Amino acid sequence: MSAAILPRASTAMKATAKARVTRRSRPPRSALPGFGLSLGFTLTYLSLLVLIPLAALFLHAAGLGVTGIVRELAQPRVLHALGLSFGGALAAATINTVFGSLVAWAFVRYDFAGKRLLHALIDLPFALPTAVAGIALTTLYAEGGWLGAPLAQLGIKVAYTPIGIVIAMVFIGLPFVVRTLEPVLEDAEKQLEEVAATLGATRLQTIVHIILPSVLPALLTGAALAFARAVGEYGSVIFIAGNLQNVSEIAPLLIMIKLDEFNYAGATALAAAMLVMSFAVLLAINLLQSWNRRHG
Amino acid sequence: MIVAVRRQRNALVEPALVRWMLIGMTVLLLCVFLLLPLLVVIVQACKSGVGGYFAALGDSDTLASIRLTLLTAAISVPLNTLFGVAAAWAIAKFEFRGKSLLTTLIDLPFSVSPVIAGLVFVLLFGSRGWFGDWLSAHDIRVIFAVPGIILATTFVTFPFVARELIPLMQGQGTDEEQAALTLGASGWRMFWHVTMPNIRWGLLYGVLLCNARAMGEFGAVSVLSGHIRGVTNTMPLQVEILYNDPGQYSAAFAVASLLALLGFVTLALKNFLEWRHGDELAAVRGS
Repeated sequence: MSAAILPRASTAMKATAKARVTRRSRPPRSALPGFGLSLGFTLTYLSLLVLIPLAALFLHAAGLGVTGIVRELAQPRVLHALGLSFGGALAAATINTVFGSLVAWAFVRYDFAGKRLLHALIDLPFALPTAVAGIALTTLYAEGGWLGAPLAQLGIKVAYTPIGIVIAMVFIGLPFVVRTLEPVLEDAEKQLEEVAATLGATRLQTIVHIILPSVLPALLTGAALAFARAVGEYGSVIFIAGNLQNVSEIAPLLIMIKLDEFNYAGATALAAAMLVMSFAVLLAINLLQSWNRRHG
Repeated sequence: MIVAVRRQRNALVEPALVRWMLIGMTVLLLCVFLLLPLLVVIVQACKSGVGGYFAALGDSDTLASIRLTLLTAAISVPLNTLFGVAAAWAIAKFEFRGKSLLTTLIDLPFSVSPVIAGLVFVLLFGSRGWFGDWLSAHDIRVIFAVPGIILATTFVTFPFVARELIPLMQGQGTDEEQAALTLGASGWRMFWHVTMPNIRWGLLYGVLLCNARAMGEFGAVSVLSGHIRGVTNTMPLQVEILYNDPGQYSAAFAVASLLALLGFVTLALKNFLEWRHGDELAAVRGS
């Protein structure tokens, strides 16, 4: 008897599942023209411009063999550059998480003079060419600069040190956190905060236990995006970095140096290592976003 | 009871002191991090006076770099715009297998360091690259020449238009296009008269960002340029060369100010679009 019921139940379940799928996915079967043309062009263009060139890099790297790659990477100078790029990006992403949360919170929840102008400036790091940002930050933080001079009096040297690198990385990463966080904060349900307050929670408790968990996925996504950008960043970093070997030489610059020396094997190995690590971050971002969609 | 109400309201906003501290810190941080770098460029560019400023811009190498930057953007931006529209049409209006993979692959250039973007083309077209022998046999130069610069720029600006259009067009669905077809419009007519008006602001938004990046790209172009003055230097590379020349410090900032102006105009237009057509861009902003 149960056997008779079971198939029917599963058919019914399948039917509902199917109905849910068709309702979720927008057009079931589109009758619009141009699918073949647009997808064909997209795939051809993507392959020619992005996929084949990137595949070439990995094939070149594979040609070096495992021992070859390890030999290229296991040099102190290379390891230091990788450590500096990833460490600096991690530090910058952490600073941006705090800094970006503060800025997004102030923009979403408060009104103040100059808010619209400052809000318009948030995307400046996206719009300002990196070389311009690089020389501007260097001039600002150099020993005689507007910010560099007072900092030097405090005994802090920023330009041409790893601190300068982190500052440049904070600059280019800031909009990622603010832009990812803002819409989520705007959508956050005030009712939940009211309920928490009614139940006797203090403001701090409400922020820590109600607001923070609901924006955490967006915050992590923003931080990961800022991190990914900072790892590979070149233009805004190399001017302020000073580029001292084993002190302030970032991985992208080392790739450039190896290319100038015609050391293609070294450049390829380092680039492949950076790409693998960046793709791992990209994968993490995608998982975070799908998790975000399911819980948001 | 009044006390209870007041307590509840206090629990929904931060104390005034905290609020003012947070606002103060935000304003201070944004001024230091965003406004000051912009001001430095302007002040440094003005240091040599009006005559010096225009002399720096009128230099023949600088003019050549401006021409090359415009040429690069004039080729890479339309190409990526065409691609963005095609990709968004396929992804937003149709269901097919591997769609999410395709969307991820389109974003790929964003997570590739600009220097690596340059490197991959050296590995393909350089003298020791896959096509190196063929190219030199036919006397075609890609690396350390203008085609390489255009290729690298197209690579790094690849996702911008597609990224803006995909969520926008997904949000709009296919009803209006279906209606146009039912009423007898041809495919192209439907596209120009129904789809285009719906996506024009999002498209413009994507093109603006794409163009700003194309004109300002530094790392990828730097790998492929060879830095031949007056021939393969784009504006950002010209800025670097002038900056590293002690006597040309203000000239570097004069050229940089032009690029900063480009960034500033992009930002202004972007904010204008968000303010004026924010509802049509809503899907974009939420992504």
